[in-house]
Amino acid sequence: MSIGHTLLGLLEGGPRHGYDLKRAYDEHFGHGRPLHYGQVYATLSRLLKNGLIEESGVEQGGGPDRKRYAVTAEGVTDVDTWLGTPEKPELYMQSTLYTKVVIALMSERDAQDVLDTQRHAHLRAMRELTARKRGGDLADQLICDHALFHLEADLRWLELTAARIDELRNQVTS
Amino acid sequence: MTQPLLAATGVVKSFGPTKALDGANMSVRAGEVVAVMGPSGSGKSTMLHCLAGIIQPDAGTVMYDGKELSAMPDQPRSTLRRTEFGFVFQFGQLVPELSCIENVALPMRLGGMKRRDAEAKARTWLDRLEVGEVAAKRPGEVSGGQGQRVAVARALVTGPRVIFADEPTGALDSLNGEHVMRLLTEAAKDTGAAVILVTHEPRVAAYSDREVIVRDGHTRQVEFA
Repeated sequence: MSIGHTLLGLLEGGPRHGYDLKRAYDEHFGHGRPLHYGQVYATLSRLLKNGLIEESGVEQGGGPDRKRYAVTAEGVTDVDTWLGTPEKPELYMQSTLYTKVVIALMSERDAQDVLDTQRHAHLRAMRELTARKRGGDLADQLICDHALFHLEADLRWLELTAARIDELRNQVTS
Repeated sequence: MTQPLLAATGVVKSFGPTKALDGANMSVRAGEVVAVMGPSGSGKSTMLHCLAGIIQPDAGTVMYDGKELSAMPDQPRSTLRRTEFGFVFQFGQLVPELSCIENVALPMRLGGMKRRDAEAKARTWLDRLEVGEVAAKRPGEVSGGQGQRVAVARALVTGPRVIFADEPTGALDSLNGEHVMRLLTEAAKDTGAAVILVTHEPRVAAYSDREVIVRDGHTRQVEFA
């Protein structure tokens, strides 16, 4: 999963400092595996270097000063490209897909577009496997069937998520 | 790129206060298999019924081979359905009192063909769909998979230019479902027929060339290289 894109997506809601970003990430996507501070600051440093975010003032408080970061126009384009590019259909990709859907909802993009694009990529992979089955022997057919059933499970998840998208929008934007 | 054989543009259809289709678009070219997918109640079957001329849209057009199907009176529309279209449904399409071969011969008999000729042609299609051995049996005496292949034979026997299949494998297990899909799509490719395939099963949709998604009465098609 792309932590960089996820942080960029979170920054689209407004400038934040590193700690804030880590908290938001853990709340929505951590699922019991919170980000390390080191990962957050290394990622921010890379995004800064690549011009995808910029410093947006320093928050002064009782403790050490904290830099705030804002997403740049290049960063927004980068998120657009990420959301518009389907993941390569493969096993156990749900967490990336879930993240994309949530980021799309939080940034008021069309989350159904993300799901439709992914469905198309999955069906294309399934068509290729189905064509391979037609010409293959039993071993080929069983190997292809294994992959087809896994892709089908992903597609069922896509359908279910599409059906519950309004509910999810209410939850992540409230 | 060849012209579409059948195309719906801006189709709107309501049932009472419920808008089943709200500006839906889709088309199919000869020899192409298009899957129509979407959640239950999204308008998939209504789309199929409008494309097949079974129901008329409230607005928008359905064009078939240069003719406006959506403006055609009942009688020629009914003739067109019988002569140019074939139908495969999930359940209950075979006449239980007739044998399987009589069921397949039925559309040709209704078109005036002699019994012997119609049954000879029906036999060819039963063999092609790998159910020649059930020719003399009644639908109630054959398995679900065999019955569905008989139904596919009946849909194809008149040489339709478009086949409408609404959840054709919905009542079958995976293996039988795939067998029906493989034979249906291969036969359609061989004859150059277009197939409109309504399904909610991804593995069935994988037999199509492309998919159209129907959601809340709208259609959506994703294209990328």
